[in-house]
Amino acid sequence: MHELSIALSLVELAAEAAANAGAERVATVHLRVGALAGVVPEALQFSFAIAARGTPLEDAQLAIEALPTVIFCACCDADRALPTPGSFRCPVCGTPSAAIRQGRELELVALTLAAPVPAASGP
Amino acid sequence: MTTRLLEIRAGVLSKNDRLAAALRERFQAAGLLVLNLVSSPGTGKTALLERTLAALVAAGARPAAIVGDLATDNDARRLARSGAPVRQIETDGICHLEAAMLAAQLDAAGWALDELDYLFIENVGNLVCPASYDLGEQLRVALLSATEGEDKPLKYPVIFNSADAAVITKHDLAGPCAFDHALAVSNLAAVRPGIPVFTTSARTGEGIATWLAWLAERRAELRQPGPGVQS
Repeated sequence: MHELSIALSLVELAAEAAANAGAERVATVHLRVGALAGVVPEALQFSFAIAARGTPLEDAQLAIEALPTVIFCACCDADRALPTPGSFRCPVCGTPSAAIRQGRELELVALTLAAPVPAASGP
Repeated sequence: MTTRLLEIRAGVLSKNDRLAAALRERFQAAGLLVLNLVSSPGTGKTALLERTLAALVAAGARPAAIVGDLATDNDARRLARSGAPVRQIETDGICHLEAAMLAAQLDAAGWALDELDYLFIENVGNLVCPASYDLGEQLRVALLSATEGEDKPLKYPVIFNSADAAVITKHDLAGPCAFDHALAVSNLAAVRPGIPVFTTSARTGEGIATWLAWLAERRAELRQPGPGVQS
């Protein structure tokens, strides 16, 4: 299981971006995970909670957008999403294709930053 | 609580990927063909490499190998008998190799890359985790042994899809294991259409000459200017 390694990389990347933006806390981490990224979302959620401890990402939500594999079918001259991971054939015409258009993504898309609570103004 | 959205759009493994890209440039500049061998434990990566390194050394080529394992330097000691320079990475429990581990090992070895022809990286035996980590290799080769069964590519499509070539190993055991070779090849093609497949036995030497000829061709290609390069 390498999801803990990936979670540590994710926390490092996100914490750095949050610090550069002057944020003290991250509320949500928005991630895109392709079907060919080799990452199990449940395992990543579990690992993320551990990796985030003691960082500005502690208790942040990890919002994972799962992307299907998309191949380019030369026969149809079109991009086609694959319904199953084990076969790289066009689901419409059956032509095999090694042209991967989408599916390898493991991308930190955005962070929802919790704005610091404004200091209470005096009377 | 007020919130704001900060757009980032960066690969989670971008640090590894940048390092891998820098390594690939170094390999390319040195005319060094680098292969990342991935398979489950016990497929015969080391046995294939023993044969390959010995044959390359005998033919006057200059191969080297870096092997990754969770523990022990057994594989490095086996491979060093070929006479090729070999380094062992003990990952101490980590289930895959990363570009930083490879870079550190290359620095420690102090090899002059332009004095090598081939570098074989034997990844940790694992069909899941190594798929995510680019090591800067030009070619990723996935191994499948006759003893494992024909359906491994269907069970682990991500790693087989990421491979540039596949090697069927232990083919001398195909009979006792009732290994259906045609089915294995068709399963490989299902998850990675067009993949070149080599059928080998490190014990009998079956298929090794074809595998070596393919390696030599791939290396010769490195030395030729790409299609976009004008002379």
